[in-house]
Amino acid sequence: MGRLLQVGVLLASFVMLAGGVLYVRAHHTATPDYRIFKSEPQALRHVGGVLKGVVAGDSAAVIQLAVLLLIATPVARVVFALIAFGIERDKLYIAVSAVVLAVLVFGFIRSQ
Amino acid sequence: MTLLTFTALLFIGALLAGLLGALTGLGGGVVLVPLLTLGFHVDIRYAIGVSLISVIATSSGAAAAYVREGFSSVRIGMFLEVATTLGAILGAYLATVVHTQALAIIFGVVLLYSSYLSWQQVCKPVPPLTKGSPWSDRLRLSGDFPRKDGSRCKYEVENIPGGFSVMFVAGALSGLLGIGSGAVKVLAMDRIMKVPFKVSTTTSNFMIGVTAAASAGIYLHRGLITPGLAFPVMLGVLTGSLIGARYLVRAHVGVLRVVFTFVVLALGVEMIINGVTKWF
Repeated sequence: MGRLLQVGVLLASFVMLAGGVLYVRAHHTATPDYRIFKSEPQALRHVGGVLKGVVAGDSAAVIQLAVLLLIATPVARVVFALIAFGIERDKLYIAVSAVVLAVLVFGFIRSQ
Repeated sequence: MTLLTFTALLFIGALLAGLLGALTGLGGGVVLVPLLTLGFHVDIRYAIGVSLISVIATSSGAAAAYVREGFSSVRIGMFLEVATTLGAILGAYLATVVHTQALAIIFGVVLLYSSYLSWQQVCKPVPPLTKGSPWSDRLRLSGDFPRKDGSRCKYEVENIPGGFSVMFVAGALSGLLGIGSGAVKVLAMDRIMKVPFKVSTTTSNFMIGVTAAASAGIYLHRGLITPGLAFPVMLGVLTGSLIGARYLVRAHVGVLRVVFTFVVLALGVEMIINGVTKWF
């Protein structure tokens, strides 16, 4: 399971680096200002929009894809723990893992 | 300042935050948010969003190393993640209704508390206890970990409701402030549930990523995770924490911890003063 986490983080880092280099190249003349909160564009806030942006070659969308990969990494760990408890036939911890997974999925879907 | 300079400076700052966080075990998030808000004048909500992402990266990166050593307990972690993930979702919702200056003040208070906890660890190590509650076995939370000579050291846990409640608070703080709240998690396991310290710290590291993932989705959907910040900060913190974990563990951690304690203390005071003066 440690390997899984490493792979997830490594993958996300590579995507992040690629997206970041493209982002800086595309916006290098702009002056960044994050003093006042203005929400990110709607397209960069959900899975479908991010994927569309990646296909269209939008560097900001590539960075958001890396963010999604990062969020998915611990979730995948819970899924794998659930499977491992299943193999051990540990009913109590199958239930506990399922509850954690349900909370994670709820948090992700409910907020859309 | 152009985007390139801004990005480079952010990367270096995040790298230092990750390095300090790994060295002291307090995590990068604790210094990252003050760095972004006080140093780079970033809106605190952006800082919290990007910090959450970095927390997931460092926790998953560091946890990978510990899982192989056999210290962390998957069962204790999973059991308590029920509390931390629920807390994290509550925290992320609270973040929308709380005034931004109030967020800064709460963050400052947490910093003061972290520095206090960090200071305590410098002064007195806690002796481990192994006698636990009957529920420790029923919930299969008892376990063992390898000693240096290869034998296994058995342990049981106690005060499970107390630990569970504090974990809920840890999760809420994580979702509200974008920190891993590793210090509070260790407090819940080590002090309240009497889980051995080494098991507490490694399991906490493991849990931080799952807890942060519960609220990160909410931040993303709210448009609080901004690509221009996420890129340099996440890579910087991750690099810093990996360097810290790999090369500097054997360095003078005692001295560094004292220095860091005062840095965190000063940042906490600064966050509170800044929050109060801007609010009123």
